[in-house]
Amino acid sequence: MFYNYLMLSTFHHIGKYFLLLGRVFKKPDNFKLIKKQIISELYSLGIGSLGLIAIISLFMGAVICLQTASNLNNPLLPAYLIGFATRESFILEMAPTVMSLILAGKIGSNIASEIGAMRITEQIDALEIMGVNSASYLIFPKITAAILFIPIIVIYSMVLGALGGFIVSMYSSGFTMEDYIQGLRYDFKVFSIIYALIKTVFFAVAITSIPAYHGYYTRGGALEIGKSSTKSVVYTSIVILIINYVLTQLLLL
Amino acid sequence: MIEVKNVNKSFSGNQILHDVSIGFKKGEINLIIGASGSGKSVLTKCIVGLHEVDNGSIEYDGRDFTKMNFKERKGIRKEIGMLFQGSALFDSLTVEENIKFPLEMYTKKSQEEIIDRVNFCLQRVNLDNVNHLYPAELSGGMQKRVGIARAIALNPKYLFCDEPNSGLDPQTGIVIDNLIQEITEEYNITTIVVTHDMNSVMETGDHISFIYKGRKWWEGNKHEILKTDNKELCDFVYASRIMQKFRNI
Ligand SMILES: Nc1ncnc2c1ncn2[C@@H]1O[C@H](COP(=O)(O)OP(=O)(O)OP(=O)(O)O)[C@@H](O)[C@H]1O
Ligand SMILES: [Mg+2]
Repeated sequence: MFYNYLMLSTFHHIGKYFLLLGRVFKKPDNFKLIKKQIISELYSLGIGSLGLIAIISLFMGAVICLQTASNLNNPLLPAYLIGFATRESFILEMAPTVMSLILAGKIGSNIASEIGAMRITEQIDALEIMGVNSASYLIFPKITAAILFIPIIVIYSMVLGALGGFIVSMYSSGFTMEDYIQGLRYDFKVFSIIYALIKTVFFAVAITSIPAYHGYYTRGGALEIGKSSTKSVVYTSIVILIINYVLTQLLLL
Repeated sequence: MIEVKNVNKSFSGNQILHDVSIGFKKGEINLIIGASGSGKSVLTKCIVGLHEVDNGSIEYDGRDFTKMNFKERKGIRKEIGMLFQGSALFDSLTVEENIKFPLEMYTKKSQEEIIDRVNFCLQRVNLDNVNHLYPAELSGGMQKRVGIARAIALNPKYLFCDEPNSGLDPQTGIVIDNLIQEITEEYNITTIVVTHDMNSVMETGDHISFIYKGRKWWEGNKHEILKTDNKELCDFVYASRIMQKFRNI
């Protein structure tokens, strides 16, 4: 009984979500306004996240480097493996997946509460009355901005993660900067980056569209805005993890 | 002229509107009154198509809104201005940008002409020097007036106001009522005002529809409303002591 209910409500939400996406990708009424929106979203979603991502990437790069170093104390293993391991874990998982999870919390809750507040204060109704396709006007610029900007954030995170490890190597006694750099360059495959960016594009759509869905269908008052925002972060994270698994299976094997 | 015919509306099995039929006349203020929760906002939202009606029809000067597709509705919506119960100004935009919004969306006017129009609308609602403020920086009454300015920006043929003077002092309330009346007569538009304020009823009630528990219970004007013997309407009209005194005179 409960199981049936769960399945039904899951399918109900998935259906409603794709119907909403259908409205989001309808031809916009006014390209000029949409362009303006995309630019302002790029600024608020993108630039606003740079500081946080920088701090997290630097520290994670440093810690991964230290931990690999402390686990690789067997003299038979070459020291350049430290840089290599830091690079691989950052390019494959840390930058695309972990940063996306963090952005799901930061950007996602922001989008859900912004759109949720517009819903309960009737601003979305006001858009509809003016004949504006509110789904497209509000959500399309966010998805587009995220697809354009989150890959850049991910590359930026990769660079800073490697830099974090490099800073550690300057002050560490166990291995040298040369070892670290050699490790960074060892067996470098461009495809790893392409793989990371492909994942990122999917994550970007999830990070913006799922919270937008929750915000758009908020009902009630201020309390419900908070609930939508929490729910959206939970579901976005789950979806990111599932997409990550599926894409890794498809792309790497 | 807007004609609502036999409209029913329910939300997941809970019927809110029961067979409502009302005609709203052009060049007049048409009031919808009723207790809180009686379905006034739902009725207005059905008329403008924010809620889909279950059955019945809604005709804008003979054009049946309920049978239209998305594109045709958009045509009608450009002729509608609406003031929402909570003003519903876009809070990320300044006052000026709020009023510019429908103009930029639908007209090919130059930026100068648009600004002229914005200033004209703001003057019309007696506001100046607020162009660059955000809605959160305005008082409730000023927000309502900006809401009206935005609603009239495109010269609507139909104007909807959901509780234009709720939450305002009686003096400002009357200013807004008079403003709506002036605009209605000046541009000869069909205006529908939702209210539960007896002050505005006595001030502007040329045509009043009383909604009781989702049904149209009574229809008439401000003179008739004082003489009515309809029990539910009397309960509504004479709820306040001052109106009771008024009745005894
Ligand atoms: N979107 C909705 N979904 C479900 N029920 C709704 C919805 N909107 C309104 N209702 C219900 O419809 C009824 C009438 O609400 P409505 O907002 O029309 O009242 P109102 O007459 O405008 O009251 P007020 O004067 O307080 O604004 C209420 O019982 C409300 O719970
Ligand atoms: Mg209401």
